[in-house]
Parts: sequence; structure tokens; C-alpha cells
Amino acid sequence: MNVTLKVYRFNPKTDQESHYDVFTIEAEPSERILDCLNRIRWTKDSSLSFRMSCAHGICGSDGLTINGQSALACQKLIKDYDYQNEIVIEPLKYFTVIKDLIVDITPFFERLKSIAPKTQTNSVLADDKKERLQSIEERNRFDDTLKCILCGCCYGSCPVMVEQDQDFVGPAAILRAQRYIFDSRTTDENERLKIIQKPHGVWGCKSYYICTFVCPKNIKVTEAILKTKKKIIQEKQSITVTGDM
Amino acid sequence: MIHKYDVVIIGGGIAGLTAALTASSETCQVAVVSKVYVTRSHSVAAQGGIAASLGNEEDDHWEWHMYDTVKGSDYLADQDAVEILAKEAPNAIYMLEHLGVPFSRNSRGKIEQRRFGGHTKNQGEAPIKRACYVSDRTGRAIMDTLFDQCQQKNVTFYNEVYIKQLLFESNLCCGAAGYDLATGETRIFHCRVVVLATGGCGKIYKTTSNGFASTGDGFALALDASLPLKDMEFVQFHPTGIYGFGILISEAARAEGGILRNGLGEPFMEKYAPSLKDLAPRDIISRAILEEIKKGNGVTGKDYVHLDLRGLGKEVLNNKLPEVSSFVKTYIGIDPSQTPIPVAPTCHYIMGGIPTDVEGRVLADAKGTVLPGFYAIGECACVSVHGANRLGCNSLIDLVVFGRRAGISILEEVKKRIFLPLPSQAESMVEDKIQSLLESKGTECVPVLRETLQRLMTEQCSVFRTGENLEQALKQIHQLKKRLQNVGLTNKSTVFNMELQEALEINNMLRVAEVIVFSALHRKESRGAHFRSDYPERNDQEWLKHTFVQETPIGLIKSYKSMDIGRFAPQKRRY
Repeated sequence: MNVTLKVYRFNPKTDQESHYDVFTIEAEPSERILDCLNRIRWTKDSSLSFRMSCAHGICGSDGLTINGQSALACQKLIKDYDYQNEIVIEPLKYFTVIKDLIVDITPFFERLKSIAPKTQTNSVLADDKKERLQSIEERNRFDDTLKCILCGCCYGSCPVMVEQDQDFVGPAAILRAQRYIFDSRTTDENERLKIIQKPHGVWGCKSYYICTFVCPKNIKVTEAILKTKKKIIQEKQSITVTGDM
Repeated sequence: MIHKYDVVIIGGGIAGLTAALTASSETCQVAVVSKVYVTRSHSVAAQGGIAASLGNEEDDHWEWHMYDTVKGSDYLADQDAVEILAKEAPNAIYMLEHLGVPFSRNSRGKIEQRRFGGHTKNQGEAPIKRACYVSDRTGRAIMDTLFDQCQQKNVTFYNEVYIKQLLFESNLCCGAAGYDLATGETRIFHCRVVVLATGGCGKIYKTTSNGFASTGDGFALALDASLPLKDMEFVQFHPTGIYGFGILISEAARAEGGILRNGLGEPFMEKYAPSLKDLAPRDIISRAILEEIKKGNGVTGKDYVHLDLRGLGKEVLNNKLPEVSSFVKTYIGIDPSQTPIPVAPTCHYIMGGIPTDVEGRVLADAKGTVLPGFYAIGECACVSVHGANRLGCNSLIDLVVFGRRAGISILEEVKKRIFLPLPSQAESMVEDKIQSLLESKGTECVPVLRETLQRLMTEQCSVFRTGENLEQALKQIHQLKKRLQNVGLTNKSTVFNMELQEALEINNMLRVAEVIVFSALHRKESRGAHFRSDYPERNDQEWLKHTFVQETPIGLIKSYKSMDIGRFAPQKRRY
């Protein structure tokens, strides 16, 4: 069977502007979009660039915009799309394109770093001879958030980031904050809550739910963000009640 | 550009990050260099668990863990190293727990443990719950925690930098040279201590659970430095890869009650391992599956069998095997609670590697000469705790225990080591190689060479091997190496030139494949994952020894190191 892909191209060394190349290749409906991209590269055009690593949706390398929506190229099969027509492959939105489908992902990792306290709370050299206890219920409070693979699909589809506030800390960073804030073992929870409510922090989220819709790991992203907001309000209230402001 | 750090770690998986986190301090600046973004390292794909005799579910002892590991290794593991692994495993888990790893918990709030292949109570009596886990995303969760901790501790990351060459001065490693994948710019790392943590080489096979990055780069760096590789004939094939994809279905699926069935619907493992059945070690199950297929008992006569998870119930699938369930659904459209999963063995792990001592220090030869300031950890290293066959869950614990030991050793060693001068041609060595590849106009193309290699390794050097096939494979690899000389690149760009990177990688893959085949050809016995149909028995008298192979101008040469039997004397391996 023939499949046609319309692929975003940009070479910073030679191109003033981006353009699209159309490739028609042999492929089966059960194959991954990533398989198609590799086939293009290996048989048609060796200059195509994209990221890949595990090829089964756990490393988070190949977040792309496929037919207008953020998704992992290794997790989407041809038959997930209307393959009688062209499938349009573009880089993730929001990020700056370096080459073809490869974006500068550093802002993503900077945000992730920005939500963590600066002081190290745990030491690898401490001789802890016992585990800390945590009930199943306590552990479940952040289980959903642990699915995050840092692919950046949520950034590439968040209307706040793409259209309103470039500096918004972003869904994945809030998820990571939520993961620690809701972990009963965390000792610097207040510090983390303080950081996440800074300008461009958690309050920047307008609950568009698009991150939840596109998340390749089906994380209830918006819900986790709302829980974090609720937690901040609860903490404030308890501080007000005890008069310790 | 020259970057100066006390320690440079090449590879940022769980071993690399554990060592980085341990060694990093105000007086010890650590950089991690990786050809992928660190969080994309293949450690994230580890699913089922990490072994330690915590005894949270039932009575357990490190000696039992040690026994299982030695027996699982078909008695080729070094028992002093296995003793360290088994003894230190519980504290390594506690360390991870304190760093924040979100282990699944039992009703008493302790780290929950489950059964895993080859792990038993009281030296083989029955399966034991020894695998700690984070549902079925254990590797991902450990990586995320270590990454967060490294960020907080200001470990410096050089992502998407490809290391082409180790730098030596008076036979001591003083740095590494490579190039930035995004710009093509040369990068020199100058340091007191170098650590290789580059992972495995599954991509030399057609069907593998490994990611695209697993091309054996660290092995090739060691070969370049005239160092030997140890026990490379031992390649693990995981019994349950999704048929056609090779994507891993964790052993945890069988630990939770999954059963392998042949085309007749029979649960066949009891014929091959009457006591542990579906929880026998991987080498035994992979052979059993292929035996069934050979007998015509594959599903609908094809080359796969079924992994039946229908008995587990939706709750177990959702809570304990969510990733596995979603992989099956995404890639083959199957709901595992309703339909059995087509599976076949998939190349998963290499037991051999760069020889090291128990502190992770690289050994220059079979005699055990330590190379100061040079370490190897994780899958690229061979300590050796896995011998001829690794047990499930022993890889992750190997990464953490020996990653940490290396880190501690480095903290001391770094005080004693100086920055040796860099070799004068450091930059030009890399630049020239890249320039010549970019200018190459030969008629061979990388994808064809790679596919040929993957096919021949799969056909001739997989689960079952014969001298004849291995001879053939070796000849074909030599031809491929010659053909590689005549490679031509059509992409001349220096910005994310994937063709260039793959041209460098295929060179590594061919050399590693040659060492594997050469080692396998000369080991004329069957042990663990190395099964010679022409020598089907284990032969302790002649072959209870480690293989060492290195490159020389006249080709590969081999030597052997006999081993001291430790606490557990070799016995017939029955499960």
C-alpha cells in the first residue's frame, strides 16, 4: 500500500523559510508513523532530521504535530489516520525549530528544573537502613502523574503557551511539581508550593484540557493541575486560620 | 571547544546517573555526556522491577538472592561480585526510596515485591517475591528520580553529543572527544576520571527490545583503546517480545500469573521447567518457545506463541501492568484481558562487556591489570554478576549497586588524579573522521549494511547457534566491514545529520557483532544464553572460564581466564 506524508522541512544553513516535502512510500496500515519517517530517510531523503530513541512510547523523544495534533510518532500507527489522504507531519508547536522536525527542547527542561527547590534534600551517601512507609492510598495520590515521559506534547498543544504566555511554566512542569507535593515523603512541600505559584506558574493554566486530550500517556493533566491549585488554596486557608501569615 | 570537568560520564542511563549523583560534590565537578537527551536513555524502558532481598512479603536472604544469581548465570558469574550485588541490594533500594523513587506499596506501607523469573526461596524451593517495582514503569520512575536529583545537585548534562574517541596520555584515559549532533562542532572533554555507561548493543539484531541508541558505542570505544571485551558470546533473548515488533512484555506479566501457551493452547513450560514453569530464567524459556515452534507448535504454524494474560483480571492489568497493557493495545490492537498476546523471543541484553573490578574500574587484560582513572558501569560493563545468563530484575540492581560503588571510588580517586595533558591531535582526530565521512562518495549506503548485519545476526547468532553458522556469520561480517570502507553519504549537513551518526554507529555495530560471533564460535559448549546445537552440553572441565577478545592489526585475538569457584559449586541447572 502507498502512503503519502507531507513533511515540514527547514534547514537553518540553507533555508530562509520552511517548506513542505511530499513523500510517497510503501507501508502497512499497522506500521508506526516513526517507521514511515525512517523509511523516507533510509530510502528517499537522507537529509530528513527527527528525534527517536525507544520507539514504543516510553522515552519521549518523538513528540510531533501529526495532522495538527501533538502525538508521539512511535505510538501512532498509519491506520490511526485517514491514510487515503496525506498525513501532515510537523514539529511540535511552541518550540523553536532547529532542523526539520527537531525543536529546541531546552526551554522544556529549564522549566522542569525551575520548579524544584535549589537545596538538595536527599543524599545518595546517607546510610538509610530502612525504607520510609507510605500507604497505598498515599502512594495513589500521585500515581497518575508518574506516567509522564517528558515528551513535550502538552507544551506543543497548550493554548496558553502557544498563544498567550510564552513564559508559562507549562503542564509537564506542574505535573512534576504535583508529583512531589502530593508525595507523603516529601519534606520540602511548602518550598515547592511557593515556587509553583510564582508568576507564570500554576495559575497560568486556564483549564483548556487540551493537554489532557493529547497526552500520549493518558494522564489527567488538567485534573492534576487543578489539584495543585486546590492544595495551594487549602494551605493558604490553614495558614490564615492559625493566624500564622 | 574544550570542556574541563573532574569526571566525565559517557551515557546517562541509570548507571551513569547513579555514579554522577554519588560522585558529584563541591570539589568534584561531574559532566554527563549523552548522544540522546539524558531522559531518553534506554533505562527508561525497564519495566518489571529491581531485585533485592528486602523480605517485605516473605522471608528472604541475600544468600538466596546470591544463589539464584549464580545458578541463573550457569555458574559463570564471579561469585565475589555476586555476593556484593546481593548483599548491597537492599541498601541500594533504601537509597533509591530515600531519593524519592515512588515504589509501589503493600498494605503495610512497605515496598511491595513480586515474583520474577529464576528468583527462589531457599535455593530453588519455589518462586519468591523479591522484585521491587513501580507498577511496570520501574526504569522510568528510577530515571526520573535520579534525573531530578542530578538537576538539583548541578550535575552538568551535555545532551546530543556523540563521543567518537577516548583520549589517552601515557596509557591513561584523560578525556573523550566527540561532536555536537546539533551543530557538528567538535567537543573535547578533559578530565581526571572517565566513566563509560553507554549501555548495550541490541540494535545489531533485527528483533530487539532495545532502542535506536543501543549500538554498542562503549564497546567500540574500548576496542579502539586496545582493551578486551569479556564474555561477549552471552546475549540474552527475552522470551516475550510482541511478535513482529520486539517490544518487551515484562516478565512481570508472568509473575502476576500470565501463562505461555503454544498453538495447541497447551501451557508448555512445565515440560521444560517442571518446578518454576513460566518463571524459569529467560534463556530456558526462549529456547522452549523456539523448540515448540520448531515442532510445529507455533500459533497457526507460525513462528510465535501466545502469552495468556486472560486470567489476571482487569484490576491487576490496570494496576500492575498498565504500560504493557497499553503497548499491546496500541501496537497490535489487543485487549490482553480478552485475547492472548502473540510473542516471540527478542534480543534484550548483553551479559558480556568491558571487564571491570567490583569498584567499576576497567581492567586492561585477563590478568586483571587496573587502568587508573577509567571506569565502566551498567550494561556496557562486565563485573561480572550475570555470567552466561542474567536473571530479570538483576540488571537494574546491578546499575544502582555498581553505579554507586563506582561513584564512591571516583570520589576518592579524583583527589589523587591530575589533569593529564590532552593528546595534541585530539580535535583533529574527530574532525578528520567526520570530514572524511561527509565527503565520502562510495557506493554503499548505511541502511543496507545495517539491515544485512541485523538479518545475519538474527539468523546465525541468536538463541541456537552452530559452528557452521557462526563461521558463515564471521565471513559475512568481514565482508560488511569491507563494504563499509566504500560507504557514501548523501547528506553533507552538519546539523542533526542522522546519516552521519548512523555511519559512525554501523562501524561500532559491526565490530561488536564480530566480537560476539568470534567469542561464540570459540566457546564449544552450551552455557546459559549461549547454546551451541553442535555442543549441547555444558562442559565445566574445559569451559568454566571467561572469554577475553580484543582487536589487533591482524584481527581479533582471544584469551581466557579461569575462575575461582566460590560459595556455590556448579551443579546441573534444573528448574
